[in-house]
Order: sequence, then structure tokens, then C-alpha cells
Amino acid sequence: MSGFWIMLTGALVASCCGILGCFLILRRMALVGDAISHSVLPGIVIAFLISGSRDSFFMLFGAAIIGFVTVFLIQMFQNSGVQSDASIGVVFTSLFAVGVLLVSLNAKHVDLDLDCVLYGEIAYVQWNQISVAGMEIGPKAVWLLGITLFIIVAIIALFYKQFKLCAFDPALAAAIGIPVALFHYVLMGLVSMATVSSFESVGAILVVGLLIVPPATAYLLTDRLGMMIVLSLIIGVISSVAGYYTAAALDASIAGCMVCVAGVLFLFAFLFSPTHGLVTRKLRQRTTATREAY
Amino acid sequence: MATSSTSGIISPLSVTNMTVAYQKNPVVRNVSFEVNEGELIGIIGPNGAGKSTLIKAILGLQPALTGQTLVYGKPYKTQRKLVGYVPQRESVDWDFPTNALDVVMMGRYGHLGLLRRPGAKEKAIGMECLAKVGMADFAGRQISQLSGGQQQRVFLARALAQDATLYFMDEPFAGVDAATEKAIITLLNELKRQGKTVLVVHHDLATVEQYFDSVMLINGELIAFGPTGTTFTERRLQEAYGGRLTFLKGNPSDEPLIVAGTGR
Repeated sequence: MSGFWIMLTGALVASCCGILGCFLILRRMALVGDAISHSVLPGIVIAFLISGSRDSFFMLFGAAIIGFVTVFLIQMFQNSGVQSDASIGVVFTSLFAVGVLLVSLNAKHVDLDLDCVLYGEIAYVQWNQISVAGMEIGPKAVWLLGITLFIIVAIIALFYKQFKLCAFDPALAAAIGIPVALFHYVLMGLVSMATVSSFESVGAILVVGLLIVPPATAYLLTDRLGMMIVLSLIIGVISSVAGYYTAAALDASIAGCMVCVAGVLFLFAFLFSPTHGLVTRKLRQRTTATREAY
Repeated sequence: MATSSTSGIISPLSVTNMTVAYQKNPVVRNVSFEVNEGELIGIIGPNGAGKSTLIKAILGLQPALTGQTLVYGKPYKTQRKLVGYVPQRESVDWDFPTNALDVVMMGRYGHLGLLRRPGAKEKAIGMECLAKVGMADFAGRQISQLSGGQQQRVFLARALAQDATLYFMDEPFAGVDAATEKAIITLLNELKRQGKTVLVVHHDLATVEQYFDSVMLINGELIAFGPTGTTFTERRLQEAYGGRLTFLKGNPSDEPLIVAGTGR
């Protein structure tokens, strides 16, 4: 049973991240996902220090607020003339450093495992069950991620055309009256949520892998946004299932294996994609050249 | 303050005291004008004269320090469906995973409201608009596979799909082939025939007299605005371009011929 819960958790993380990641890479904001996932650390620590509990709800709340602060600060620095990659770099490393500082200052009373925040521990997912009226109804992480996925799917499905136009042509979107800034913050809010719900299981660093790698792979395989999202989901699920079995065979980190599988799938798409693949393109050029020669 | 023109008809677009600044430097200074319905209007001026900025400020894409925009006598925000916009081609990522028809259908989003999705009707409109710019055969083509001119025509088809009465086009002629230039100008004349008003940011001074009914010369501030015949003169142009144009005179019609400009 433990394998099932681990794969399900991985698949849910990959699904949440896969949908949002498509919009992030199309808006050239892949690094914003990276920034949010790192800067949730101080949010988690502050929430822990204030509430004194390791209850996920408080941590989620703290992390989500810091996620918004991150996006807001990045935007503010950009608007006042700091280059966009520099402002992302400044904001998330500073906030992450504050988190590290807070942990080290309170090391005596903080029962918070930094490794766990950074790398997560998907193997323990099944031990933390939710029980209703004495009945165990499944791991907490699965419920948390399931609800997050539901919210993400609902919002993206309802406002698909707005998200799409804001990603492709924000000027036209604004001209026809779509509140571009609002949708920007909604997207960032969803990214914060996905990151925060995922970090307990796969950790703050590997979540970036699932946020960027499956959508980047899907981007190479299709020319339609809808299809890109579907492929990104499929690739994410394959990564988590195949990653689990690889980890079991190698006796290695499960989350690490999941992202490694995603990386290998990306490499395959990069080389052999029917439209964009490096090898496919070379082969096509050669056949054209041979045909021309005769 | 109703902005009726002399004939008593409400102007499609009236702009009052528009000032726009990036950081502290005003790029557009105190521009006021009112356009006549059913005209093709060229917006001309040197690089950095604030032509695109003016359009963006009118459309609310760039915050203005002061100024008011009325579209058919009412604030722009309540008249969005009457306005079509063609941004500069370079302003979007043509590697976006979508095809030509899908881009054209985006022109319908404003009419669809908050939650409705584009369906068969939007598809039909999209195909019709693609056909009008001679791109029907490319409907399913991934947009990065189109040439620059074809991309520009897709943008125009999208503007047609907006089914507006007042259009803003930001350099539609920039970097297009002769066939596309011809297709665009045919389309502009067709829009004009339907009584629509089109404002075009334009760079090629040689074609101004041929293409536009009215000309707006700007260089930060409004230098001149009026019928092409009386406005597009050497004196006004020198004023707008700060005396950096070279004219060749003495051709039979005594029309000034511009040989070098600081356009692009």
C-alpha cells in the first residue's frame, strides 16, 4: 500500500505543478517558480515560531503569504528599473537566507528539520493519516494536494481564455478589458499554493523540477497549448510512477528519482520530438538533401 | 463636455490634454485632438516621438499623468467593444504553442464575456477574417512557421474579428513584404468604405500621401493634425523631425521628395 500512496502523492504534485508550469514557461517566468519555492522557507519558519506548532495549516498560511510577498517584491523591483533576472535573484536568495538565519537562531527550540523542508520525504507520506470519526481516510498530503489540484483545475478551466491571452498578448488582453495584473497574481497565488502543498513531500527544491521540466518537455512535443497541458500532466505522472520504481530498485531518494526521470524524458523529447527534436531535424535535413541531390 | 465636431456628429475618438511620462520625462506632452469618422489617419513622427506611447495611453495600457479619452463621446472603459487594436508584431512571442486560426479567435474574447468559451461561431468568424487577409489556407499552421508578413496579416485578421468601429494599428507595415503591404492597404480601404476609423502608426514617409486621409505629426507634442494635403508639408515635417530631413525639390509637380529621414 505504501507504494501506491507515494506514487499517488508524486502524481498529484506533478499534476499541480505541470498545469501551472505551462503558463510559467510560456510567460518566461520559470524562475519565478524557483523563487517562490525557495522563499517559502522563512514563511514556514515564521509560521512555526508564531504558532509553535508544526500543523500544516499554519505553515501553509505562512508560506502562502511569503509567496505573495516574493512575487510582489520581484514585480516592484522590476517596475523601478532593476533587471528582471536580477530582481528575482535578489528577492529569493535574500528571503531564503532570512529563513536559514531564523532556523539557526532558534535551533534550540525549533524542531524543524531543514533537510526535510528542502528535500521533503515522500516515503513518510502514508504515516501521516487523516482520520474522520476514528476512520483513517488517507494520508494528509494526498488530501492537501488533491484539494490544491482541484482548485487549480477549476480556476484554470474557468478562465482558460484569459490566462491564455494574458500569456500570449498581454497588451491585447488589457485593451479588451481583461484585468491582466489580477490574473498575474492569481497565477502566482496558485504557484505558491502548489509549492507549499508539495514541499512536505518532495521538498522546496525538487518541486521546481516538477514545475519546469514536464512543461518544458511538453512544449517540445506539441503546437497547441491545450495539448501541452495534457502532455505535461502525462509526463509528470509517468515521472512519478517510473521514479518510484527506479528509487525502489536503486534504493535511492524517491523524489530525486522522480525528477531524474522527468529530466531523462526531457532529453528524449529534445532529441527525438517529431517537430522540434534535434536528431529528427537533422534526419529530415539529410533526407531533403538526398532528395535534392537526385 | 460633449465633443461633437463641427458637423454635430460625435467623434469616434477625442483626446484631451494627454500627458504621459516614463519615470520623470514626459514622452507625450499635452496632446489634444479629435478625429473624423471614416478616415484613415497616419500617425507620423521620428523615433521616440511617443507615437506608440500615445496609442497605449489612449487604450489605457500605459498610465497617463493627465488626459481624457472619449470614444464616441463616452469613456474608453465603457466602449471597449468598439475598439480594435493591432500591437507591434514584435510585442508577442511567435513561438507560443498555437495556430493562426486560434490567434484570430482571440479577437473574439472581448465579446465572449467572463466565462463563455470560443466555439463554432467564433471559429466561423475566425476563418472568415483569415480569408479576408488571404490567409485561409494557413489556418492550422503553427504561428512560428509563418513569415513576418503572414504573421502581420494574422494580427490584422484578429483585429477584424474584434469587429470594431475604431482601430489602432501600431506599425502594421513594419518589415512586411510588398504583397502584405498591398493586402494591408486594401484592407484599410475596405474598413474605411465601411465607415470605420483607423489610426495607423506609420514610418514610411514616401507612402503617407498615398495611404492616408489625415496625418497627425507628433514629436512629444502634437505638431500638426489635419487633412494630408495641407498638413503633410515640408515645413511641418521639418518641425516634427527637428530639421533632420533632406528634401529634393524641383521635380515637375513641385512636390517635395523626401530622400532621407530619421524614421527607420
